[in-house]
Amino acid sequence: MTPFQYARANDVADAIKQIATDPSAKFIAGGTNLIDLIKYDVEGPTRLIDISHLPLRSVEPTAAGGVLIGAMVPNTDLAYHPLIEQRYPLLARAIMSGASQQLRNMASTGGNLVQRTRCFYFYDTTTPCNKREPGSGCSAIDGVNRINAILGTSEACIATHPSDMCVALAALEAAVHVAGPAGTRTIALADFHRLPGNTPQRDTNLEPDEIITAIELPSKGFSANYSYLKIRDRLSYAFALVSVAAALELDGDTIKDARLALGGVAHKPWRSSAAETVLRGERADASAFARAADILLHGAKGYGHNNFKIGLARRAIMRTLGQAARGTPQSNSDKKIR
Amino acid sequence: MARSGTARRVTRAATVPEKIPIRLTVNGSQMELTVAPWTTLLDALRDHLDLTGTKKGCDHGQCGACTVLVDGRRINSCLTLAVMKEGAEITTIEGLARDGELHPLQQAFIDQDAFQCGYCTSGQICSAAGLIAEGKARTPDEIRELMSGNICRCGAYPNIVAAILQAMERS
Ligand SMILES: Cc1cc2nc3c(=O)[nH]c(=O)nc-3n(C[C@H](O)[C@H](O)[C@H](O)COP(=O)(O)OP(=O)(O)OC[C@H]3O[C@@H](n4cnc5c(N)ncnc54)[C@H](O)[C@@H]3O)c2cc1C
Ligand code: SF4
Ligand code: FES
Ligand code: FES
Repeated sequence: MTPFQYARANDVADAIKQIATDPSAKFIAGGTNLIDLIKYDVEGPTRLIDISHLPLRSVEPTAAGGVLIGAMVPNTDLAYHPLIEQRYPLLARAIMSGASQQLRNMASTGGNLVQRTRCFYFYDTTTPCNKREPGSGCSAIDGVNRINAILGTSEACIATHPSDMCVALAALEAAVHVAGPAGTRTIALADFHRLPGNTPQRDTNLEPDEIITAIELPSKGFSANYSYLKIRDRLSYAFALVSVAAALELDGDTIKDARLALGGVAHKPWRSSAAETVLRGERADASAFARAADILLHGAKGYGHNNFKIGLARRAIMRTLGQAARGTPQSNSDKKIR
Repeated sequence: MARSGTARRVTRAATVPEKIPIRLTVNGSQMELTVAPWTTLLDALRDHLDLTGTKKGCDHGQCGACTVLVDGRRINSCLTLAVMKEGAEITTIEGLARDGELHPLQQAFIDQDAFQCGYCTSGQICSAAGLIAEGKARTPDEIRELMSGNICRCGAYPNIVAAILQAMERS
């Protein structure tokens, strides 16, 4: 482990000032990802700037009819917030399917977005990994890649983004509010995470001296017809092999609007506007769901151990859309997939 | 273990970081201690305050053995820096009994035979105390789901759920 200094940020401006003056510094919020990576020597910041005490802890309705979520709101508090439980239950379910209650009590909304991949080789500092050590190679492509990506991959990296929360945020078309030395800006969730390309060391389009201050949800929450289905090796406290966030707006049997996002399959939550367009105006039935699944999975490619994810994703998409259409979202407690 | 990246990274630290004095309220007592910035709350409790009831299993957030209550909420003390909890109220397994009487959860774990080797038990009990305070779990399914952050290698799960149900009924 690299020894590091510790300092608290007094406010957002102070946090930005502190990070701008020290390129080897990092923010720490819940610590659930960063401390883990520091212990494994995957990350080695020489200064931690504690942003966990910043007053970014409110969940408030916006003038536009949506909700603004402070970056320091713990995952549990967000999932249990009445505004989220009632109007954005897809988000609540996705959050509650991730990690454990202890971790969700610590993990922050902002940190969840910036958490790093769980690729085995990224964690194993004795092996080459382009994300950890640019130019060293990718051990996963020809290695044990059961948990790795099937979509949007590159020759340099086939890692996935591990967040459940972000899959729901992608489906809900959330926006990320950030602040930096040049002022504030808003990044659409779809543009927040990157594909690996030739620069897998960069997970997101957040600049190193920028801080996430809030997440904004638009007004549409799809609270009647939604489901988050997470398929994993054990029924709780495990990362997704494949997860699906589905949200429908129905007029009788007819789909008026649809959102569909996948987790566990790519370097970012995976969406396709064509897959959602093909659902609009159709009857909510298995043949429409199958067409959407095929479009969303177009170009999917396995790397050996993870070939199973393609068929698994197709069936999970069909199942989740069916749950959403019936208004019977996947339960996080009894775990029975209906 | 010698790792290629380590030596280079160590030399990047310009100066050896200083230790930091902090105050914590642990099981109702004010404690003052001086810790390195990277000292976890778990190591502070065990190595600085001699409160070894809280266990280190994985040290990476994966087992729950290190669960303690911070300001009433259950967290993994292995992924928490002690310096970040300056001023906080910490409750460990040593702080649950009152006036020589076992906490209802401690009694329930004994009554229901909810442990074998006992290594996970202080984490299980602190986690269950957090669970009951949250008030979200009612059914055995909900208890199992919201206790999934505590692994028991001995597999005492059915008895652990029974113990939590017993304590919930009596609280
Ligand atoms: C055992 C285990 C199991 C897990 N299982 C799951 C799971 O099933 N599903 C899932 O989704 N997640 C899972 N997680 C991951 C967990 O959700 C993340 O670790 C957590 O959300 C990260 O948030 P944090 O506040 O703790 O981040 P930190 O560890 O504090 O920070 C993570 C990164 O984000 C940066 N950062 C933090 N806040 C900001 C900000 N406001 N602005 C800019 N940068 C910031 C930090 O600099 C750091 O680089 C698991 C974690 C563990 C340890
Ligand atoms: S998939 Fe990405 S993270 Fe995994 S070894 Fe290859 S480069 Fe590293
Ligand atoms: S020791 Fe903290 S979770 Fe295992
Ligand atoms: S009693 Fe042995 S690990 Fe739980």
